[in-house]
Amino acid sequence: MLDVGRHPNIELLAYSEVEKVEGQAADFRVTVRRKARYVEEDKCTGCGACAEKCPTDVPDAFNEGLGTRKAIYNYFAQGIPSTHTIDADYCRQLNGKKCGICEKTCQADAINFDQEDRIIQLDVGAIIVAAGYDVFDPSLIPEYRYKEISNVVTAIEFERFLSASGPTGGHLDRPSDRAVQAEIVELEKRANKSQRALDKFEKKYEEGSGEFYENYKAGQYKDDEDYKKWADKYAGHLAIVETLNTLKRKAETFAVAKRLAFIQCVGSRDFRFYPFCSGYCCMHSIKEAIIAHEHDPETKSTIFGMDIRAVGKGFEEYKVRGGNKSGVSYMRGRVAEITGGPDNKPIVTYENTHERKVESREFDMVILATACAPTKGIFELAKILGIELNKYNFVKTSPQSPVDTSVPGIFVCGCAGSPMDVPESVAQASSAAGRAAEMVFQSQSEKEKAVA
Amino acid sequence: MPDMKDEDIRIGVFICHCGSNIAGYLDMEELSEYAEKLPHVTLVQRNLYSCSEAGISEIKKGIMEHDLNRVIVASCTPRTHEPLFRSSCAEAGLNPFLFEMVNIRDQCSWVHMQEREDGTNKAKDQIRMGVAKAALLEPQEPIMSDVQIRALIIGGGISGMTAALSLANRGFEVVLVEKENKLGGMLNRVNKLGPTMTDASDLVDGKVLEVTEHPHITLFTSAKVNAAQGFIGKYQIDIETESGIKKIDFGVILIATGASVYTPEGLYGYDGQRIITQLEMERLLKKGLDPGIKNIVMIQCVGSRNEDRPYCSRICCQTAVKNAIIVKDQIPEAKVSILYRDMQMYGVENEEMFRDSKAKGIRYINYDPARPPEVESNHVRVYHALLGREMSLSADLVVLSTPLIAHEDATEISQILRVPIDENGFFLEGHVKLRPLDFATDGIFLCGSARFPANIREAVAQGLGAASRASIPLSQGSVVVEPIISFLANEDACIACGLCVALCPYGALEIQKTANEEKVHVIDVACKGCGCCAAACPQNALDINHFRDRQIFAAIEAGGAGA
Repeated sequence: MLDVGRHPNIELLAYSEVEKVEGQAADFRVTVRRKARYVEEDKCTGCGACAEKCPTDVPDAFNEGLGTRKAIYNYFAQGIPSTHTIDADYCRQLNGKKCGICEKTCQADAINFDQEDRIIQLDVGAIIVAAGYDVFDPSLIPEYRYKEISNVVTAIEFERFLSASGPTGGHLDRPSDRAVQAEIVELEKRANKSQRALDKFEKKYEEGSGEFYENYKAGQYKDDEDYKKWADKYAGHLAIVETLNTLKRKAETFAVAKRLAFIQCVGSRDFRFYPFCSGYCCMHSIKEAIIAHEHDPETKSTIFGMDIRAVGKGFEEYKVRGGNKSGVSYMRGRVAEITGGPDNKPIVTYENTHERKVESREFDMVILATACAPTKGIFELAKILGIELNKYNFVKTSPQSPVDTSVPGIFVCGCAGSPMDVPESVAQASSAAGRAAEMVFQSQSEKEKAVA
Repeated sequence: MPDMKDEDIRIGVFICHCGSNIAGYLDMEELSEYAEKLPHVTLVQRNLYSCSEAGISEIKKGIMEHDLNRVIVASCTPRTHEPLFRSSCAEAGLNPFLFEMVNIRDQCSWVHMQEREDGTNKAKDQIRMGVAKAALLEPQEPIMSDVQIRALIIGGGISGMTAALSLANRGFEVVLVEKENKLGGMLNRVNKLGPTMTDASDLVDGKVLEVTEHPHITLFTSAKVNAAQGFIGKYQIDIETESGIKKIDFGVILIATGASVYTPEGLYGYDGQRIITQLEMERLLKKGLDPGIKNIVMIQCVGSRNEDRPYCSRICCQTAVKNAIIVKDQIPEAKVSILYRDMQMYGVENEEMFRDSKAKGIRYINYDPARPPEVESNHVRVYHALLGREMSLSADLVVLSTPLIAHEDATEISQILRVPIDENGFFLEGHVKLRPLDFATDGIFLCGSARFPANIREAVAQGLGAASRASIPLSQGSVVVEPIISFLANEDACIACGLCVALCPYGALEIQKTANEEKVHVIDVACKGCGCCAAACPQNALDINHFRDRQIFAAIEAGGAGA
């Protein structure tokens, strides 16, 4: 990413979309919309002071909505370019409220609330589609109860849980426990606030709230509005503190998730959704299970899959090592249902196909290995580019020309063409770049021939 | 270069606020006052953002107006900003390697946000260390080397031919060396290609014609690489051909030597007649299967995913499914059973072919590797792991899916070209995820089943990809290397023990013989400056430019000295 940002031959147009493509191979004219960031690219140094001061919290898309970011933000810490962007949906200033704190904070004078989208034209010889994929939304599978049971998460969410820069700082705190912790923080804020209000009464009447309340209940101070307010406040405060203490006692029992279930083929190899195999998910689950075990050697993971497809270089060895050294076991079969158990512990029901028994097991957390879905924007992009998609809505290619699309001069690589893992994607990126160079070179030499 | 006289050293220290990222947590006033008192420091300036246009012009102005000959920026990380500051120094006429960066943000203000005083003291230590090192810096010039605009491709299978055509179509001269007497490799022995069921020979014939007729491709069949010398841009290769040894220079080399099929001698009664491999099955299917064959049993993972060969060979499941479908097409009433551990039908096309095969009535039987199938005369006995019982399947033909194994020539080629192979004998790429088609050694690339078993789609993609990687030095015509490399600092001390040569991961060192002595020689363009050799040298003869022992020791001593 850094190399891309710094390469003299690469002009990086982030936060931009292709709107129109005209012409043909070796001579395309592309119209690009550069979306307004409300931050001047050439002035912003990416220092992040603005985001620190911004008062508006927004669900953090990079952390799968598990944490928050500010309304002025860099998509993630190492994002290239480091230029910040104002989220127009949330920014107070852009929504007519009084704010402008980022503008005052920015010492580089980069904030520009008047910035508008710009349309630019590019003349290019070849186009490479590397639009990637979307993660399948598992809430479409009712029997897995994603979103209903808080401790059922997707593999990509789990990736953020494992990350030191993620919402839990790399600890496997269960989402249900995190929700309680968040509630405690919220209740503490409310308790402090009501305490401050009580302090005022106590100061005014030079009496402790507890003592006052006893007397109030005993019938003193009748018909006095102010005393009534004090009494109501105190009763409310007691209720908050009681809930708070209950939650705190509960939180003392919280432990990190140690028994993990990974469910394979969630949306893949499933006729209701995507009949194909997404290719990379088996290895992704194995990797996550092994890393979870590195975090806490007491972690035990079970991977539920029809076939465990560990087909790349060193993959099978990795899988076996996971089983031998990292507490990973593999259960052949498809999970029928996930239900809620006591203490927010999900229960997985499946057929143990080798024992020919239907079994149920309780886990601390369940991770769904979701399918590689064609990216939503691909239909629009394919229309703009005039390229064909295959019946699964990946960009159509053939085994003999794996990176050529149906339009000469337009190439594809990575998961836009078919689900694949990192090494395959990196290799294909080089292939597509090579094909593009080959095509441009040939059309130039033809032109030269024509001139000669 | 001769050491600069101590009094001539003029260091400028630029301390960056990074907005409030640094200035918000450290006492900047105190830092700059402190820096002013350090030895050789002529100028100290604070910038709001050293990397902004204003900051850069301050640095340039400082160099010119104060005649600075060393520049330090105390700011963020060299990972993102060192190139910018270096080039700014160069623009002001200062050798860019007389620049030193001190990271007082990521390594100081960000980690000590709550400790203003201690953080400020630590930043002082860091700046003092930087100044001590900077005083000893030496100017360096980038190393340039010409590239011979010619590519050697070893192996004329589908991956090698694809790579050859891709490079030749871009006007580069290509020499393709094939060991056999004809091109095509493994595909010559394959019947049809899944999932499209096109004839393998159509694909091969088309590519062979293109290769043989291409004006930029020189083809040597029945030939092999005998010896190699050199480094990126200048490889001297001896090719043994039918008409004698050809000595040719190359800029880059691609290894596309493919793989072999494991022959399962002694497994499941393999006899090459009734009990055969999938590759032998290809030949039978090409001829047309004997219509008398009614029952076929295929066994997966024969000789793979075991202790001897722990890897999954990736393509055998799809080959078995493809051949099973062709059997059903040739003899619709034939019963085909595939005994498997996991069906590795990854991706879109394979899974689709897998589903189609089930619709055609092909049976899949899961077996337990602890209770492998037993091949008897006319039958295969197997414990069906899912039904939990033994079954006996009639078998007129038993087809064993054996893995691709490393080519027998791989070891020899790896020794000649000094590139590594992995524990399974396949060539080992520079980085399994990020550089799948490069070797750690610059100028040598790999593709296809020489790297790891690959199907047609993958072999073609990798051939194109490796060609693309190789085309970078070819199209640039020269390689420029950052001069932070190893060099023989103390020639007399070198005893030519060869330890460094053996340790170098990049093949960048060699022992050179002169008339009466032997010394190590660093091949500049091949060296990556990792420092392995200098650390290991028992004589302390080798050193790394820009990270010389005395520079690092000076920084360490300054660090320990305290404020």
